[in-house]
Amino acid sequence: MILNKTAIYVLWLREMKRFMRAKSRVIGALAMPLFFLAFLGLGFRRLAIPGVSGEVDYIRFLVPGIIGMSILFSSMFGGLSVLWDREFGFLKEIMVAPVSRVSIVLGRIAGGATTTMIQALLILGISCIIGFKIMSVSSVFLALVFMTLISITFLGLGLIFASKMRDMQGFSIVMNFVIFPLFFLSGALYPIENFPTWLRYISKVDPLTYGVDGLRASLIGVSSFSMIYNFVLLLICATVMIVLGAYFFEKSESV
Amino acid sequence: MNEFAIKVEDLTRKFNGLAAVDHISFTVDTGELFGLLGPNGAGKTTTINMLSTLLKSTSGYGEVAGHDISKSKDDIRRSIGVVFQEPALDIKLTGEENLAFHAMLYGIKKVERRKRINEVLELVELTEKKDVLVENYSGGMKRRLEIARGLIHKPEVLFLDEPTLGLDAQTRRHIWDYIKKLNKEGRVSIILTTHYMEEADFLCDRIAIMDRGKFVAMDSPARLKDILGGDVVSLEIEGDPDALIERIDSLDWVQSMTRHDETLSLTMEKGERRIPELINAAREKGVNVTCVHLRKPSLEDVFLHFTGRTIREEHASQTERNLAMIKARMGRRMGRR
Repeated sequence: MILNKTAIYVLWLREMKRFMRAKSRVIGALAMPLFFLAFLGLGFRRLAIPGVSGEVDYIRFLVPGIIGMSILFSSMFGGLSVLWDREFGFLKEIMVAPVSRVSIVLGRIAGGATTTMIQALLILGISCIIGFKIMSVSSVFLALVFMTLISITFLGLGLIFASKMRDMQGFSIVMNFVIFPLFFLSGALYPIENFPTWLRYISKVDPLTYGVDGLRASLIGVSSFSMIYNFVLLLICATVMIVLGAYFFEKSESV
Repeated sequence: MNEFAIKVEDLTRKFNGLAAVDHISFTVDTGELFGLLGPNGAGKTTTINMLSTLLKSTSGYGEVAGHDISKSKDDIRRSIGVVFQEPALDIKLTGEENLAFHAMLYGIKKVERRKRINEVLELVELTEKKDVLVENYSGGMKRRLEIARGLIHKPEVLFLDEPTLGLDAQTRRHIWDYIKKLNKEGRVSIILTTHYMEEADFLCDRIAIMDRGKFVAMDSPARLKDILGGDVVSLEIEGDPDALIERIDSLDWVQSMTRHDETLSLTMEKGERRIPELINAAREKGVNVTCVHLRKPSLEDVFLHFTGRTIREEHASQTERNLAMIKARMGRRMGRR
């Protein structure tokens, strides 16, 4: 396996430049999670959510979930953005370059993960402004680790779908049948302990479950599983997804 | 240096059983400017995609710059430049950024990179527009930028897929000049596809005429035209033609003659060199020549000769075939899901 650092860097750089220039994209990507946070947070403020302990009010419970959600969405879109490049022809320019396909995948993941993290940190920042309290500075670093792992996992998954699809037509199917179920099953909005047992099992194969739980463990100190358990499972997911994403991307024909 | 820029034997690509490229064989010498001429859907782009490692071949052998297309993809990628039929630029980046992106992908170091980017920008006269986002470029500017990009890494072999498609006459002429210059001065082997007869005629050392995935003819433009029996010289005459016709019949370099009223049409090679002789012969026989017309056969005639259709008629009938091809490809896509 040959890794080409310049190629990874230049693909990352391209993503950064596009991101910085697309202000509306950034605002759009921030709007939905913030609306979720605002309206769900305010709407359920006075309700006692079963499974959420008394000391944690719902907004505190919700913020890590919403951060997880924004990472899920923008990472999946990031992986699927290969389809845009195919549509605009730019994919061919990348594919005829003398660069190993693994480097191309890593470059895309680096770029996608960075933009995703910027968005997630912005949401965390805004949450803090409106009253969300983080336990300590070190918890931000722990949260960053989980954010990165969630992002890589779903960038890989997005790449797998992008390699299997030829155009943007399947996009809404992925949106409705993959992204939303992953989101709702993860316990981002409510504790998965409230699910019936069979559904809880399904939740346990959703990588985002461990991502959101890990974020809760690091940011508010309340979680269903232990932090290390979340970390290990998520690390495995991220690795598997990167390998599969690279494999399918390599296999797919670019024209 | 390899003797051949490209060597292809029995190369075939099928889409769901339909052969888009059907057992073609050819070689392109190093330094040659080779053209693939044919209507849309003839298999030109599929051939280019296989040679540039974007598409796997179904069967057959191909070699680019001495490297096997199925084994040494990275070696080929390092030695070729490709300008695709459809624009392949990132329109959200500036012209210069697109070039820099490319140069970095090809591992060109900073100092050299700056130098070469400036060079190619000069070459295609885009220096002043280098900081403009590509989404604000005109079609001609995009094309020129893509050609510039294909040259940054100094490829041995350059693929140009319909380099002037959809451009105005002036820009087309401009790009033709670049291509010629590159080939002659830069010693780059060039393979271009086109369905413009005059483009192939003006640019190419050799042409392969491609139709329905196969080569129907391959030679230099001049010799392809010679196959049609050379030039047609028409003489409009006054006076009694019979003596002149007898005289002309005795000339061994006249291949055929037809008469319409006062007009004699003669077929011969190198018509322009024979006209004075013809006029002298007419004078000897007391016949007055009032008008001489020389017509060189065009590649259009050659295409007609080999396929029985003009390339324009072909466009119409190709539409149906293209539909079948698209369906076959869609089927392949559906199968993947």
